[in-house]
Amino acid sequence: MSNQNIRDEVNKILSSSTDTTVTVLSCLLLVQDEIGYIPDDAVEEIGSFLKTSINEVWGVATFYTNFRFTPPCANTLEVCWGPTCHLKGAPDLISGVLKQLNLEEEGDSQDRDISVRYNTCLGACQQAPVISVNHALRGNVKVSEISNIIDFVADSNS
Amino acid sequence: MTNFSELKLNAEKEWAELVNSSKPWVRIGSSMCGQAAGAFGISVAISTQASSRNLDVNIDQVGCIGLCYLEPIVDVLRPGSSRVFFGNVSGDSIDSIIRYIDTGELDHDSGDIIGYLGDQEIEGLSNLKDLKGISLQRRVALKNVGNSVPGNINQYIANDGYQALNDSLEAGKPEDVVKVMQESGLRGRGGAGFPTGLKWSFMVRSPGPVKYILANCEEGDPGAYNDKGILEGDPHMLLEGMLLAGYSTGASNGIVFIRHGHDGPIDRTKEAINQAYSSGLLGKSILGHDFDFDIEVSLTGDSYVAGEETALMESIEGKRAMPRFKPPFPAASGLWGKPTTINNVKTLAYAPEIIKHGEGWFSSIGVNRSKGTVIICLNGDINKPGMYEVPFGLTLGDIIHEIGGGIPNGKSLKITFTFPVLINSSLITFNVF
Repeated sequence: MSNQNIRDEVNKILSSSTDTTVTVLSCLLLVQDEIGYIPDDAVEEIGSFLKTSINEVWGVATFYTNFRFTPPCANTLEVCWGPTCHLKGAPDLISGVLKQLNLEEEGDSQDRDISVRYNTCLGACQQAPVISVNHALRGNVKVSEISNIIDFVADSNS
Repeated sequence: MTNFSELKLNAEKEWAELVNSSKPWVRIGSSMCGQAAGAFGISVAISTQASSRNLDVNIDQVGCIGLCYLEPIVDVLRPGSSRVFFGNVSGDSIDSIIRYIDTGELDHDSGDIIGYLGDQEIEGLSNLKDLKGISLQRRVALKNVGNSVPGNINQYIANDGYQALNDSLEAGKPEDVVKVMQESGLRGRGGAGFPTGLKWSFMVRSPGPVKYILANCEEGDPGAYNDKGILEGDPHMLLEGMLLAGYSTGASNGIVFIRHGHDGPIDRTKEAINQAYSSGLLGKSILGHDFDFDIEVSLTGDSYVAGEETALMESIEGKRAMPRFKPPFPAASGLWGKPTTINNVKTLAYAPEIIKHGEGWFSSIGVNRSKGTVIICLNGDINKPGMYEVPFGLTLGDIIHEIGGGIPNGKSLKITFTFPVLINSSLITFNVF
């Protein structure tokens, strides 16, 4: 998308918000939901939309850890590393996932089009270890299943 | 103007028709624990099979009955019978479940039948009431979770929902609501254990007209998911609690604060709010009385500290979630500088039952200064992880060994973490275990 297109898109998103209370944070969440990340131009547009400084918008965007500033891959794989999942084998899952995707740590695997994120708790600890594949929870995951899961996710988009 | 007795009459009629229907009623546990175990796939499979065989059946997704280790759980209520529970349901179990729905025949060898709940004994099946994970539970805040459909306000009303609100509005004495809350001994379930009634009483004295009730669902502690469990399983319980808090403290607005990305609880809450508006239980002149109250959902980004009460207000105002200096305290100057009361979701979800039962009921449960029940998310290296609501006074030993079924492979217990640390170490009885 060109810069102007991004700005138009962001303005369209902001003006169609149904939130009762519109704030810097609510705008950022909306933009990330729709576009998948926070482009530099969106920060400026949110600033002018809410008549606040760019610094304020950057301050909020960099405070919360869920905002990203580069386009995400087509798929998201979140691996829980909360205490319960840790006990039930998350470290092995994480190293399995990273190895499969040739990553050193959480980040984007361009060749398989999958963004990997660690999550502190996906909220289904009874089924630990838990992962989330494109926002669908999956529990009791075994290291031996990782390769199939990744192939399935990557293929579903190719 | 909405007439509550009319609402209730309709709701009760609908509920009676459902439970006494000639159609079987299938409930599928679909909270996050069920989802992670594959509940959505099971739900689709059962619906598809049922419609391909032209079965006349009601199929609903409900919250979690607590036995998360058996998810996905499917329970079937056939006309005139008790609820039969199937656990750890997989694709292989679908045929036998469909057969039971259709003919009432049980395949006792299939191994996925857990037991039954209800008055009608079923030969060859165990009564789940005898299971420690059920018998040691005492469900107050979770009383409807797993039983009624969270997306159906009429089912909540038919199970005595909004009765406490209606009775309080009829009586017209908001101060009595605060009094009962104080007498109940309920202490904040977010972690700090501050007496809830006392907190509400501070807010009564704060000047209006704009005052806020905030429900905190930002469960930052990993391993805790009971606030989200309430919103997914019975969101109207929270809304009624917020309405009672609003009415008794003279507040005008409520906000439910949830972390962005938890779509299940967020969607359920928004749906419940819309239903409450349509039924005249939110908005102007609620149930025809001189009481206006609005509730909205506010989402936050990922940040552990956003659950702290003043950081939470900063987040709702759209800023970085950095805690404020105190004083001023929220009851004097909170969200947008207005008087504010913040309670945890669980704390607010207790209010309807406490008010409905009146003085002396809640405080009769529990031990010492720890009144009532507590919702425990039990997980880790344990045989029966789940979400259990138990009365205070139970020992950690009871919880781990009786309800939780002990440590796998006969090993001995090495270490327990209790989150939030403050509430558990001060309120649960520690015995040698």
